[in-house]
Amino acid sequence: MRRVYADHAATTPVHPRVVEAMVAAMQAEIGNPSSVHGFGRTARRLVEEARARVAALIGASPQEIFFTSGGTEADNWALRGTLMANRARGKHLVVSAIEHHAVLDCAAALEREGWEVTYLPVDSVGRVREEDLLAALRPDTVLVSIMHTNNEVGTVQDIPRLCALVKERDPNIVFHTDAVQAAGILPLDVKALGVDLLTISAHKIYGPKGVGALYVRHGFRFAPVLFGGGQERKMRPGTENLPGIVGFGVAAEIAREELPRRAEHARRLRDRFLRGVLERIPGVRVSGPNPLEGTVPCHPGIANIAVQGVESEALLLALDLQGVAASAGSACTAGSLEPSHVIRALGLPPDYAAGAMRFSFGEANTDEDIDYLLEVLPQAVAQVRGV
Amino acid sequence: MGKGRVLVAMSGGVDSSVTAALLVEQGYEVIGVTMNTWTDDIPEEIQMNQHSGCCSIWAVEDARRVAEILGIPYYVFNFQGKFSETVIDYFIREYARGRTPNPCIACNRYVKFSAFLHRARQLGCDYIATGHYARVARDPETGRWLLGKARDSWKDQTYVLYNMTQEALSRTLFPLGDWLKSEVRKKAAELGLPVHDKPDSQEICFVYTGDYKDFLRERCPEALVPGPIVTTRGEVIGTHQGLPLYTVGQRKGLPAVGRPIYVVELQPETNTLVVGDDTDVLARGLEAADLNWIKIPALTEPVRCTAKIRRMAPEVPCTLEPIGPDRVRVTFDEPVRAVTPGQAVVFYDGEWVLGGGTIERALRD
Repeated sequence: MRRVYADHAATTPVHPRVVEAMVAAMQAEIGNPSSVHGFGRTARRLVEEARARVAALIGASPQEIFFTSGGTEADNWALRGTLMANRARGKHLVVSAIEHHAVLDCAAALEREGWEVTYLPVDSVGRVREEDLLAALRPDTVLVSIMHTNNEVGTVQDIPRLCALVKERDPNIVFHTDAVQAAGILPLDVKALGVDLLTISAHKIYGPKGVGALYVRHGFRFAPVLFGGGQERKMRPGTENLPGIVGFGVAAEIAREELPRRAEHARRLRDRFLRGVLERIPGVRVSGPNPLEGTVPCHPGIANIAVQGVESEALLLALDLQGVAASAGSACTAGSLEPSHVIRALGLPPDYAAGAMRFSFGEANTDEDIDYLLEVLPQAVAQVRGV
Repeated sequence: MGKGRVLVAMSGGVDSSVTAALLVEQGYEVIGVTMNTWTDDIPEEIQMNQHSGCCSIWAVEDARRVAEILGIPYYVFNFQGKFSETVIDYFIREYARGRTPNPCIACNRYVKFSAFLHRARQLGCDYIATGHYARVARDPETGRWLLGKARDSWKDQTYVLYNMTQEALSRTLFPLGDWLKSEVRKKAAELGLPVHDKPDSQEICFVYTGDYKDFLRERCPEALVPGPIVTTRGEVIGTHQGLPLYTVGQRKGLPAVGRPIYVVELQPETNTLVVGDDTDVLARGLEAADLNWIKIPALTEPVRCTAKIRRMAPEVPCTLEPIGPDRVRVTFDEPVRAVTPGQAVVFYDGEWVLGGGTIERALRD
């Protein structure tokens, strides 16, 4: 059976050069980066090299990059670190309704702790409306967090514009964007975006799992949320995940070089897939921005289709049995699928919304994969619908 | 290609784990599934620490581990909506109208042998399988699919399966029908399945405190209205705390009157709990509705058979006669204790399930 990995938005395969660098870091460098001796210094140098590479991917200076255990930690830290450091300024934050759970569930936890949260609705393709954002801002608003590129439907927000609007209202409001899904495939420049905080993760850019970074712009009040040691300039204590960080650095460097080619490769396959699906399967619509229309900026590799009269859980498993990896909703604690909050926020008709599926393409994919998908998917849909 | 593709419902317990293992041994293409029916409404601290029902996180982890050992694909289905609509709502509704429901029967009817079966078909499966102790066979004379008692008579679960349709029976495998529970545990240990010594599940899976009364207090407090306790002779002897807290034949929780008294009847129209002596709890028959027939297509004339009025009750000889569309009268040879409206009555013809239904009322003369 052919196996097709169409789930690059969930995670990406690790690039061989990344693996090589990580193995080398584990075999040769036995020191703790915090140690003063020679072993430590070598390890420390590797961390700083990686930091410079990650910084270069997003146009930041290395001093503005703080390594974390991944995107989730960076998102949580962005919210809590801002609020803790700015208690005196207010107790209100604004997030969009289609954030990743790392932001959304953190906001919900903060709400239970007494902070006030406004959840911004989105339009039918997943964009935050400027007027909603402005209406949500209050004199006691401390933080706005709006994701750069949505992981489920691929919508790219106009972050420079949204950020400028917020800063125009009150330059002290801190602006965070979760750019986990954008990094490595869309050009990112923190200066052009204008944001104060930005989250990225290694495993979405062909790096290892378990390492991410938070960009923290110089010059605003921000606090650590973990305490324990002097690492990461006392902002994120804990012995550095050396192999992970080294791998992240190499992945970032390759991503920077390869970005236009990767984006074009993913886009071409994604568009072929979407055209084929819309031609071959009746009762399918694109959820989120339709890349074939090209009117709304979107992620080059993500195709989210809503299949009428199908439960996505059934379709997902039918595809898995055919060797095809895609995704639908998000896994709950037990591992079953929950209806997606993003799909719900778009306001799709219920008989379509229940059948929303995400296919995401990238370096692991070829044209033969698309051929296979276009053969298998219509059969699977027919099977699930036909019973 | 082997014998076909089977979707096995795996709870993480020993029975369904061995079921999956036996089917793999027999050459089926096996896919394991745990149905997540009820986790979201359970408080997190209980989910993580205490709850041991069949859809708890630990149960899923056990099932997943077994699937890995067996080398079969494994999934978790989200059936929380379906379960809530068909099992929980029914459970509350029945208690609220003064009856004693059996949620396992509802789950088998609407979730396992309906929604789960449907999903199996969607995944291109030929069969589903569960770890129930029962047998499926085909009647050579009539061509009907039959549900038969398990070899392990102590574990036999035909009572909770009587609602199975011909379609469901034709697509269901019960590999444990010929096994004794002790043999199943031994087999699990031989196969190195880590669940071989897990205790049998007992309580209602979604009642995480272990007491259905707590569940009703939380979910349906409006059904718990105090009212009079009255003897069969019409004498008021106390106040009850809500009819759903009682069941026919119950002795505990009644006022002391100097002799043993029992719940005889729940009268929801007047919110009255009727109590009486031991002999008042006896019934010579019952009426049942919402029937499902298995061995026969329908009941057209009186037949002799045996009946079971509760999961652990003995089978008793009786005469069964149709008294209306989807309604039968059962007349026991000897009076029977604690006939309980809302519970199932299942009819047997020897080894085979004739059919069954829901008890509507007891007949006491």
